[in-house]
Amino acid sequence: MNLSAALQLALRALWRNKTRALLTTLGVIIGVGSVIAMLAIGTGAQQRIAEQLESMGTNSLVIRPGSVTRGGVRIGAGSSQRLTPADADAVAELPDVVAVAPSVQTTAQVRYRGTNWGTAIWGITPDYLVVRSWPLAFGEPLTQRQVRGAHHVCLLGQTVARELFGLVNPVGETIVIKNLACRILGVLTEKGATARGSDQDDAIFMPITTVQRKLKGITHIERIELTTAGREAAFRATKAVTRLLRQRHQLTDDQPDDFRIYNRAELAQTSEESARVFTWLLGSIASVSLLVGGIGIMNIMLVSVTERTREIGIRMALGARPRDVLWQFLLEALLLSCVGGVFGILVGLGGASAVAKFSQLPVEVTPASVLLACLFAGLVGVFFGMHPARKAARLRPIDALRYE
Amino acid sequence: MAKPLIEIRDLHKAYALDGVQIPALQGIDLAVENGEFVAIMGPSGSGKSTLMNIIGCLDVADAGSYLLRGQDVTRMSTAVLAELRNREIGFVFQNFNLLPRTSALENVETPLIYAGVHKKERRQRAREALRHLGLGERLDHLSNQLSGGQQQRVAIARALVNRPALLLADEPTGNLDTATSTEILALLEALHRDEGLTIVMITHDPEVAARAQRSLLVRDGRLENSP
Repeated sequence: MNLSAALQLALRALWRNKTRALLTTLGVIIGVGSVIAMLAIGTGAQQRIAEQLESMGTNSLVIRPGSVTRGGVRIGAGSSQRLTPADADAVAELPDVVAVAPSVQTTAQVRYRGTNWGTAIWGITPDYLVVRSWPLAFGEPLTQRQVRGAHHVCLLGQTVARELFGLVNPVGETIVIKNLACRILGVLTEKGATARGSDQDDAIFMPITTVQRKLKGITHIERIELTTAGREAAFRATKAVTRLLRQRHQLTDDQPDDFRIYNRAELAQTSEESARVFTWLLGSIASVSLLVGGIGIMNIMLVSVTERTREIGIRMALGARPRDVLWQFLLEALLLSCVGGVFGILVGLGGASAVAKFSQLPVEVTPASVLLACLFAGLVGVFFGMHPARKAARLRPIDALRYE
Repeated sequence: MAKPLIEIRDLHKAYALDGVQIPALQGIDLAVENGEFVAIMGPSGSGKSTLMNIIGCLDVADAGSYLLRGQDVTRMSTAVLAELRNREIGFVFQNFNLLPRTSALENVETPLIYAGVHKKERRQRAREALRHLGLGERLDHLSNQLSGGQQQRVAIARALVNRPALLLADEPTGNLDTATSTEILALLEALHRDEGLTIVMITHDPEVAARAQRSLLVRDGRLENSP
């Protein structure tokens, strides 16, 4: 029996029981639809996390001073003063490093006319905002010249701008930081809170030299942020920086590092891993409904085989081989599941866009998820269609002919 | 002389019923020549249905040999038996056994589907077979829209469409009224006489059996020549 004849037979048999076929297919439609919709929600969440990580700078490392020990007392993280601007320059020369931004930080009371506000003051170089991928909302950026000359200029975070100026444009105004009158160059875009919940926009940025000399009276630096070409590069750079700084700080093999390196790529990996697990979780829950749809197919095919026992007997008498009978019923099951698959995709796409519209959740339907759902629907058809089809094929012609 | 179409020697068959072996056939010898019209008679329970099933390759014997056109049927797989039925045997049943909710034409096409004949040729041959039996006007009627006599004619057309060596008729008139029975028997006789078709017919009715050239009697699983 050739395929087109077999297909015709199967189609005709399904057409004779339209309502039954439709209801059976519905199980698969819901199954495939929910797999696609759930995977779309999961993938959307995954992408949003990836975007957030991207805005944090996933390829970046942060170097901070480690602890020093004075007379047996370990002072604690950040107590070392051995991280210097020269270290930052040396790190910048490493092969995997794209940009380097040393910084220092303090807190200060800031005054403008009648109001005042306590906030974090960061001493930075022009590269800092590049490394943090943090653009200006308006105004001018910091220049190398202003850093070299320790000029009294600053950039405001959104929170500070709001607290001191309200809706007024602060660019060009002068504020007093501790006792230093600083001209405002620009205002940064809103960055939001960190993963730990502290407001990144509640900060003022000044030339690193100004903060070192005029506000803190130090020459060392407290933090180096750097970006690398990619995630792999970030891991390589971690090793290279460690080697370089140990050498520059003349540490012997038995001395611990006097600095700490925080690799954001590591954090990114953890978050992405959990997002992926989340996607798989949603997908597996949805595939349970596909499984139930498959059981529906098996159920209806078993009923169909029993109902059509006599027909099977007649066909066998007329020359149908067991293989022909097997294919006839398997094709019916496959048709049910594949038609269900096709409509399930449409339902899934519709469901995903409905979720996107009403919940504001990001949703992303990938071709891979559609392919996966199709494949799964086909497998369900074969898997659950096989048992009834074999049952039909194994009937003995005389028993089947005599069946009432 | 040519080899007989059917050559059966010392055939045995038993059924297990509730764990007890019930003998149905106990040493049947039978030869049917090409072009013969043979009737097999017997009371119910005599084993004639079992014999018919074995001749029709729907069932296999426990012991003995059965050569159909010189081919030994006893050791064939179910798939090969199916091909043999498709090629060599046409069935006509007491209750017609047409496929339900299927047109006359499609019913007649069915054996050709399993023979792997292409759609165009299939249609053509099925149509011819039906016309030959006077059903040219009824091609697209569904099986339940036909009278008993018409249904049996469709069944005969279906049995003959793949040009089998043997027509096996199991009580072909059992479900028909007298007039229609006569008509169907006349048709079988004509097919035998005019086209040289070999027919083996099972019946319990001596009048029907009398239409055959030769009639045999099955009694207690053994074959006797009918008086």
